[in-house]
Amino acid sequence: MEPLQIPPVNLILLAPLLTVVGWASALLLVDVFLIPEGKKKLTGYLAIAGLLVAGLVGLPLWNVSGSTFSGMLVLDRYSLSLTWIFVIVGALSIAMALDYLPRHGIEQGEFYPLIMFAVAGMILLAQGTDLIVLFLGIEALSITLYILTGFAYPRLTSEEAAMKYLVLGAFAAGFFVYGIALVYGATGTTSLAGIAEFLGRQTLVAEDQTLLLAGAGMVLIAFSFKTALVPFHMWTPDVYEGSPTPVAAFMSVGTKGAALAALLRVLAFAFEGVQAYWLPVLAALAAITMVVGNLGALGQTNVKRMLAYSSIGHAGYILLGIMVASERGAEAFLFYLLAYALTNLGAFGVVIALEQQGESVWSIEDFAGLYQRRPMLAVAMALFMFSLAGVPPTAGFMAKFFIFTAAYEGGLGWLALVGVITSAIAAYFYLRVVVKMFMQEPAREVQPELNRGLNADIIIAGVATLLIGLVPTPFIFLAQQSLVALGG
Amino acid sequence: MLGAYLPILVMFLIAVFIAAFVIIVSSLLGPRRSTVRKLAPYESGMEPIGPAIRRIPVKFYVVAMLFIVFDIEVVFFYPYALVFRDLAGPGLVAMGVFFLVLVVGFVYEWKKGALKWE
Repeated sequence: MEPLQIPPVNLILLAPLLTVVGWASALLLVDVFLIPEGKKKLTGYLAIAGLLVAGLVGLPLWNVSGSTFSGMLVLDRYSLSLTWIFVIVGALSIAMALDYLPRHGIEQGEFYPLIMFAVAGMILLAQGTDLIVLFLGIEALSITLYILTGFAYPRLTSEEAAMKYLVLGAFAAGFFVYGIALVYGATGTTSLAGIAEFLGRQTLVAEDQTLLLAGAGMVLIAFSFKTALVPFHMWTPDVYEGSPTPVAAFMSVGTKGAALAALLRVLAFAFEGVQAYWLPVLAALAAITMVVGNLGALGQTNVKRMLAYSSIGHAGYILLGIMVASERGAEAFLFYLLAYALTNLGAFGVVIALEQQGESVWSIEDFAGLYQRRPMLAVAMALFMFSLAGVPPTAGFMAKFFIFTAAYEGGLGWLALVGVITSAIAAYFYLRVVVKMFMQEPAREVQPELNRGLNADIIIAGVATLLIGLVPTPFIFLAQQSLVALGG
Repeated sequence: MLGAYLPILVMFLIAVFIAAFVIIVSSLLGPRRSTVRKLAPYESGMEPIGPAIRRIPVKFYVVAMLFIVFDIEVVFFYPYALVFRDLAGPGLVAMGVFFLVLVVGFVYEWKKGALKWE
């Protein structure tokens, strides 16, 4: 028998990922053995610390790049920037959950390691350069989210959400694996670089590409499910409404961001050679996602559902960046992701503050007259709504401006136009919340509950939203630097 | 080329015909004398004791989870046993890490009371 060759492994390149996974595993045991019932908040603080450490571990890797595990995982500035965004998203989501969980009687220490495992899955998605690894990342992320979605057990809506998410998620996973199999059949490899090389060698006309295109299409469908692109979005409002609000916040930015980041790598890197085929499909998806997402939000009186539809719409905008990734789209994508993540986490934070014990209705009426009772909270919410709507001088405006410009320069002017029009429509339902808060009398007494974790979340998100909006240059610079190809 | 499979098709058609023929003829010609016993749902000759859709103790799922832990362990350890001399040091380290992750899951389940059956 031939001696087995073990590929060289450079674990340094995986430092942030390994930190998160190791810390989460240890925390799981620390939580069961050392932390007594009722003090589970400590687990939460430890989880936040772990995520921050993972972020710091990434810092010295900024000038390092390379791939390991036979080119299945890669560390570059793109993945590192995404890692930081995901770490921030995870930490803020945990901060929101610290008091939410005990208040709703669903406090269990496992919540925090689970969020960390989900973040690990997201980092894997950012670093993966092989379809199998991407599948692994998606599953690691999804399986933890199935549990987190149902975390408000035995609340029926939460169970329903978990069930819906599980069934559709499993369905999407099936598409993904089948797609990978077909792509492998066509190209003989699952590595993104290998696929790109194969397509570079091949002239499309000469070879029958049915297998490859069918496989790529299935992979695209799986990604569409995960990122809730229309027409694969049906589960989103129900799942967001049913799951615990911090989980919904985490999903709306985390899952979406990670899956879109991986999609960018797959499309712009592996399948660049067949761009002529996927570009029209993706353009159509983006257009209907923007339209349906924002139109769907118009009729919602439930704020959580409204934010769910809004997140669908935003996925459409982000898709614009992915389509022109080879131009300036990738920068715009990163910038938009950062701006949207912080804004949305802030908005969900305000929703949590207004959420009452044991209640399953998040009516927009609860926001009426909020300005009189809690002026700062109302101002913060207004800021987030303006940012989501894309009104200057907020982060959302700069992000939209950046991504529409990139789309226009990339020759997708009509899509940018659709984006601008739908943004204008979206302004209606975002500003409706603002009008309610500032200009109407409260319909009923809803006492917002704030606490340290939630305060921190809203303040960080608010400051970041303003900062990115007012001084975008450093952030744009960071996004540009993230895409500078490093030697090696 | 498909001609080689023609006998199988013929065989298949004959089988379908015989099955259909027997069922149809017996339902047309057979006598029907229903009794209470005959109309009752068949439960291997036992007295029917209730509907088949019943609640099953959900604690079985914990057993299923435990099973997965050891299932995965076996899946990796058997092939490893065959090649562990070839893999030498690095292989041992890799399996050690794998085992550590596995143990984390097992210890967690143990502490959570998965091995207690009430």
